[in-house]
Amino acid sequence: MSHTAKRLRYVLKRLLQAVPIVLAIIVVNFFLLQLAEGDAVDVLAGEAGSATPEYMAELRKKFGLDQPLPVQLAVYLKNVLAFDLGYSFRHEMPVLELVLDRFIPTLLLMVSTIFLAVGVGIILGLLAATGLNTWRDTLISVFALVTYATPLFWVGLMFIVVLSLNFGWFPTSGMENIAAFHEGWDRVWDIAHHLVLPTVTLSLFYLALYTRLMRASMLEQAGMDYVTTARAKGLTERRIMFVHVLRNALLPVVTMAGVQVGALIGGSVIVESVFAWPGLGMLAFEALFSRDLNLLLGIFLLSALLVVSVNLIIDIIYSWLDPRIEVS
Amino acid sequence: MSESLLEIRNLHICLPEGSERPYAVEAADLDLAPNEILCIVGESGSGKSLTARAVMGLLPKPHVRVVDGSIRLAGEDVNQVSEARLREIRGSEVSMIFQEPMTALNPVMTIGDQIDEVFRFHESMTRKDRRSRALDLLADVHLPDPDQIVRSYPHELSGGQRQRAMIAMALALDPKILIADEPTTALDVTTQAQILKLIKEMQAAHNTGVLFITHDFGVVADVADRVAVMQQGSVVETGTADEVLNAPKHPYTQALIAAVPSLAPRPPRDQSAEPALQVKGLNKVFRSGGGFLGFGGGGRTVQAAKDVTLDLKRGETLGIVGESGSGKSTVARCIVRLIDADDGQILLNGTDLRPLNRAEMRPHRASIQMVFQDPFASLNPRTRVGKIIAQGPLLRGTPLAEAQERARELLSIVGLDERAYDRFPHEFSGGQRQRIGIARALALNPEVLVADEPVSALDVSIQAQILLLLDEIREKMHLSMIFITHDLRVAAQVCDRIAVMRYGEIVETGATAEIFADPQAPYTKDLLAAVPGQNWRAA
Amino acid sequence: MANFWRLFRRNRSAVAGLAILVMVILMAATAQLLYPADPFSLAGASMQPPGEGGFLLGSDSLGRDVAAGIAHGAKTSLLIGLLATIVAVGFGTVMGALAGYYGGWIDDLLMRTTEMFQTIPSFVFAILLVAIMKPSIHSIVIAIAVVSWPAVARLVRGEFLSLKNREFVQACHTLGMSDAKVILGEILPNCLSPIIVIGSLMVATAILIESGLAFLGLGDPNIMSWGFQIGAGRTLLRSAWWVCTFPGIAILVTVLAINLVGEGLNDALNPRLRERQ
Repeated sequence: MSHTAKRLRYVLKRLLQAVPIVLAIIVVNFFLLQLAEGDAVDVLAGEAGSATPEYMAELRKKFGLDQPLPVQLAVYLKNVLAFDLGYSFRHEMPVLELVLDRFIPTLLLMVSTIFLAVGVGIILGLLAATGLNTWRDTLISVFALVTYATPLFWVGLMFIVVLSLNFGWFPTSGMENIAAFHEGWDRVWDIAHHLVLPTVTLSLFYLALYTRLMRASMLEQAGMDYVTTARAKGLTERRIMFVHVLRNALLPVVTMAGVQVGALIGGSVIVESVFAWPGLGMLAFEALFSRDLNLLLGIFLLSALLVVSVNLIIDIIYSWLDPRIEVS
Repeated sequence: MSESLLEIRNLHICLPEGSERPYAVEAADLDLAPNEILCIVGESGSGKSLTARAVMGLLPKPHVRVVDGSIRLAGEDVNQVSEARLREIRGSEVSMIFQEPMTALNPVMTIGDQIDEVFRFHESMTRKDRRSRALDLLADVHLPDPDQIVRSYPHELSGGQRQRAMIAMALALDPKILIADEPTTALDVTTQAQILKLIKEMQAAHNTGVLFITHDFGVVADVADRVAVMQQGSVVETGTADEVLNAPKHPYTQALIAAVPSLAPRPPRDQSAEPALQVKGLNKVFRSGGGFLGFGGGGRTVQAAKDVTLDLKRGETLGIVGESGSGKSTVARCIVRLIDADDGQILLNGTDLRPLNRAEMRPHRASIQMVFQDPFASLNPRTRVGKIIAQGPLLRGTPLAEAQERARELLSIVGLDERAYDRFPHEFSGGQRQRIGIARALALNPEVLVADEPVSALDVSIQAQILLLLDEIREKMHLSMIFITHDLRVAAQVCDRIAVMRYGEIVETGATAEIFADPQAPYTKDLLAAVPGQNWRAA
Repeated sequence: MANFWRLFRRNRSAVAGLAILVMVILMAATAQLLYPADPFSLAGASMQPPGEGGFLLGSDSLGRDVAAGIAHGAKTSLLIGLLATIVAVGFGTVMGALAGYYGGWIDDLLMRTTEMFQTIPSFVFAILLVAIMKPSIHSIVIAIAVVSWPAVARLVRGEFLSLKNREFVQACHTLGMSDAKVILGEILPNCLSPIIVIGSLMVATAILIESGLAFLGLGDPNIMSWGFQIGAGRTLLRSAWWVCTFPGIAILVTVLAINLVGEGLNDALNPRLRERQ
């Protein structure tokens, strides 16, 4: 079998493996949210101030909340598979619409963060490893160590204090200046300007992680036998580092990047809330406090799908980097 | 001797501070002439590998480096030349092959690209020329289908093919010197014979001078023109192969050569006809893959034991001989019930052990004990030696004082000081640890001892001592022994009878002397023909 | 033990981390003595900058002493970090050990579960758990433990997988040793080092998660915490920078110190790495 065919089979296999995980997530979250005290009707009734038990029962019936749990779950599963994520009572619009509306900003934040964190992390790790025990290495290692220990929300706030309030370089919140009615490239520029601080904030922790991982991985690979072989062939140190060691050292970093995508979405809840970034994270937070069950399920499903698809892309990259995939 | 290719004078290589000795290599003098194979022989820690690496300037600097002496390649001292010149020398004038071809090749780069690099960095050739040269080289080392091999990654080749590819890469630019650092140690004996043949063939075709590092005197006898023996960093003896192998002068060389087991089988001993252990129709299939809910496809199956039938007589040593993957270790582990066989019988004193569950098996455990291969992995690093040995009897309800006394007694039986009792395994050498492992197995007074490659991780002099110990113990304690080994020399010295295994099947069983004198199965013939150094010490 | 300390001491930054950590612990222990009053109570004028109005690190809009909050918050952070880690490491070790040792369906179940946990955004999951159980020390500890244990389980599983095929473990089987004895007496002691290391690093992560939860208003409402201080001071960013800044520094320094100690432990307990340096 050719390498391409093997790669394709590997990626398909990974795709297949993701299906039960996504299903499990739907089921787990559904039951978890059932544990919560009170349902949407309680919330609606609470907000309305006075509601008769008869009216509440009627509402429950209308939303299917009087059905036994397995039925509710089955109905939900069936609907999800038909891309019907239900109706948000709170926002009075379909969940799918709401969620899709907030999906793009989160995707934007995620993608820019992954590129920044992985890209810069790899470069810094490489710089540290190639200048082992020099001031460069020390500086990068200290930076990574401190960043690794910094709470995201605090960095975000400090950025706002210093860079937005003091210097006025960046906007403090939101995704764009809606009042300005930018169009075309002006709008792109405006959104990019708003994107800088949230991205930098969210990527810092992961950047530190990848820097440390890359440095350690480079050092480990530099001690391998094949490096001695390469040296015995008369290759330059440059070639050995950037062709032989680098590619092998990237493997654990890429794996880790896949593992961290889920955590990244978690981090985006905080960052979105600090910078009022109108994404899924903020929506989830709002939904939580309004007990908007359907909306929460929708957000969870979508973020899980997001993680799965990003992981798939990372699997493809990995399969391209490591010819041994079909072995494992 | 004509002018020498390589001239090493008074070489000193230092070790990091706090090491056991100050120099890894001390005052070594060596010469290599064109068209000659010089073998450097020594046990582990003798400094033979570091000497080889120093020639290419590949020492793990800065802690291990040349501190004195010279290494001259055609008059040029490699310690004095610039980095750039050193890179020029490496790969084109001197090249090297290593012990473990799997780790010595870059796992994520095709064989073709790895060979290509040698040309790219030393010659100016077009891409097309380089590719066609690579294909020629692969054909030269007798690799089948070079077109396929250039596009393969190392993990897609077998061990022997990888080493052939390494050799092709090393000979790409027709170097004057080839350094081979234990190039066949990681290979099976039949593959080893092929690779040795290839190295000799290549050496003759290219008039290369070969510096061949090995610990195996059999290999030395097969390939060497001249031999240098190293001990603890010093070259204690040099001479032609004939001089060193057949009339060694230095006591260390004499001791080493005396320790090499002879291929002549031991004289047969009287043995009872009464069986100690019988294995009948044993089967074991390993399945990999599959997995939860059937995801991940069908999975692979390997038949590790296929209808294996063995008969161990009381008081005899039965050898199971085979190469890696032959299933010999699987059979051993099935017999001691570490692995559950799929079907068949394991009869010990009339009881079939195979169908017993763990609780039912427990009373029979004492009768059948095992000695393991790896002296470092076979002892719990966090348990004191005394406890390791006393553990078995304690588990069976022996009073503490009695078990402790027995453990001390066993320590002296296996030739260790009683003070070993309170120490941890890491304080002992490989040979001593193997003694501890034997004491542990003996603590339960077994009838049958299964020894799984008990000496293959040890240096040859230690190996001889452990084999002697096993023999003594077998006599003294009336043991019957199953001895798993890949080494026919060892088998010849220890086993009364041997069973030869391949692909999970026993291809031949018989008295050791008969099989060595007149092997029936073609595979046994190949195996015997591949044993290195048989013309040297066949008798 | 003496040997361990000798090795640990060689890593100077780890010793510095330990020193800082000891100071944070002392601060937590003496918080009640230094600031006997309830840290939520009004302690003087509001919005005082650091050093003024008797406030070492200033006061917030309700006149609460920032320094008092930090001292009391130390207790919360350390307590929750430690408790959550103990629960996560305990549960993760048991699961990982069983899965690694027995394999089969337990292992399949564990691996699929941990894969699911890798797909779920874990911090969102923690938020969800705390919100459902109502914010309290218990719910926060449980939530952090729930999202943290899979990492421990994977690590322990891996160690068990490799150790169970080691020859010394097989030797124990040939002696007829029971599974419980093999797991607890032979394998577990040999994987304590990585468990200790991951545990120490997990305390740091747990403190970060706790502060994040508290920042979002999901802290125990009766207990002062650093995250809560920052969350409450958010609206004052323009006028009183100190309210947010100092608790953040406290988190940073504490987490950094624990990470340094964790790395020191790793160096001292992992001989393979040590030799490489």
